[in-house]
Amino acid sequence: MLRLFNIEFYKFIRSRSAKVLSIIYFALFAFIALFSSIRFNFGVVDFRVAEQGIFNFPYVWHFNAYFLAVLKIFLAIVIVSLMSSEYTNRTLKQNLIDGLSKWEFIHSKFSMVIALSLASTLAYFVISLILGLFFSDFTEPAIIFSDMEYIIAYFVKLVGFFSLCMFLGILVKRSAFALGFLFLIWVAEGLIRLFINFQAKPLDFIKQFLPLESMSNLIVEPVTKLETVSAAANQLNPEFEKDYSVSITAVIIVLVWTAIFVFGSYKLLQKRDL
Amino acid sequence: MAERILILDRLTKNYGKLKAVDNLSFTIEKGNIYGILGPNGSGKSTTLGMVLNVVNPSSGNFRWFESDMPTHDALKKIGAIIENPNFYPNMSAYENLKLVCKIKELDVLSIDEKLEVVGLLDRKNDHFKQYSLGMKQRLAIASALLNDPEILILDEPTNGLDPAGIHQIRDIITKIANQGTTILLASHLLDEVEKICTHVVILREGKNLYTGRVDEMNATHGFVEVAADDPAKVKAFLESCEEVSKVKELPKGVMKAMLNQPTDAATINKKAAREQLFFNHLIKRKESLEDSFLEITKN
Repeated sequence: MLRLFNIEFYKFIRSRSAKVLSIIYFALFAFIALFSSIRFNFGVVDFRVAEQGIFNFPYVWHFNAYFLAVLKIFLAIVIVSLMSSEYTNRTLKQNLIDGLSKWEFIHSKFSMVIALSLASTLAYFVISLILGLFFSDFTEPAIIFSDMEYIIAYFVKLVGFFSLCMFLGILVKRSAFALGFLFLIWVAEGLIRLFINFQAKPLDFIKQFLPLESMSNLIVEPVTKLETVSAAANQLNPEFEKDYSVSITAVIIVLVWTAIFVFGSYKLLQKRDL
Repeated sequence: MAERILILDRLTKNYGKLKAVDNLSFTIEKGNIYGILGPNGSGKSTTLGMVLNVVNPSSGNFRWFESDMPTHDALKKIGAIIENPNFYPNMSAYENLKLVCKIKELDVLSIDEKLEVVGLLDRKNDHFKQYSLGMKQRLAIASALLNDPEILILDEPTNGLDPAGIHQIRDIITKIANQGTTILLASHLLDEVEKICTHVVILREGKNLYTGRVDEMNATHGFVEVAADDPAKVKAFLESCEEVSKVKELPKGVMKAMLNQPTDAATINKKAAREQLFFNHLIKRKESLEDSFLEITKN
């Protein structure tokens, strides 16, 4: 396992586009943290994002997990290009001839998926912790380290999404097309959801099994949970109630998709003549 | 019997209706230099692709080193270059070879030594994409040599190179061959195979037409071409010789006599002189490999 990760990391660190995109990605993390701590002062309006309660423990775990996950598209491009460049440079063929098995090849790529997900999760954890320590009204350890489930959900979400990207990279062999394909899946899922919502309500349970939808179900939107917003929502609709926790079903569905994408990648590679 | 490195047993590859490789069987023994010879599209690369784990056979088997080890482990003991050299364009030559070492689980110490063999040591830190085709091909050979392979597989190694590049590659291959490394060379160039190989497998449309030693491919005793003032007398003389199986008339009164036993030109000359027949022209030749090749691949 370590040997395979070592091989993939060696390729990663020497790929300019992968390096640049990853740096942009992690720089954006830091930038967002910085941005939210700035005090906006426009004469009459004195506004500071950080003081709206979003960085209170444990809410910060949920809030950041939801919004930082949006940036994952940068790393998705990295994964797709690492994958498809092996086809365009024909280095996949050379790797196999040099003695890497097809399974080992997928294994090494998947180890990179895990590594990038871990790195991103770590960055999310550190940034949330710092923002929380600076701006949270409560800093008792028991409160800081509650609601840790969002960290797991964040990690699972990234692993699932990057596995999909890896699969698409192998499936269509060209980064741009693979990303286009990802967009198509997103549109297709949107249409299916619309159809179910308006035409086939009894099929509602299907929605949670759609790959992208299942990933997005892992972390429910946190905005209506914010005190000021939820107070307003309660006034409008006193029965407004929502489960914000991470559902085990959602985690399992995403893990199953991840397995399908990894084995699907392997099967594709195994069947193909290079 | 010599150690067998690779055994192909009725290996077949179909692309739809097309049979790219058709029931191909042959054996590679240690220490020999094999050529797979055939025109473009005769199934050479597909055959190599199958034994190198990148093309899935439709039927038939192959075995490396007479063992049951998985193909990808066997491949760690061989060196192969196929068609175009495939490397990571943004890595230097050295970095590319280091990656190969990681895959083959080798020590990186031999990299410089192999780069020296192919004459690229002073360019080792240049990016692969800056290399000329000849340099890329030499880097591929260095890469294939990293593990001191049991067998070196080369697919059209001189394809697309200029004469100087071709010469360089052939020199390197000859050098490697002289060290006793087993080589399997696929080529559509007859003289390349003739110059380098001891054994040859001839393919056409995926079928095996000939397997054996190169020097047995044209296993005749050659022929003599003679001419004298009186062609009729020459013809009569040649027909009377026991060493001659057949006489053929060539233009300008030259006679071509096929030999049926090892005979040198001097023997013929002496005989003729005894009969007061003096040649203006006497030459002994062997059938060229090309003639034999065309004979074998003829429909």
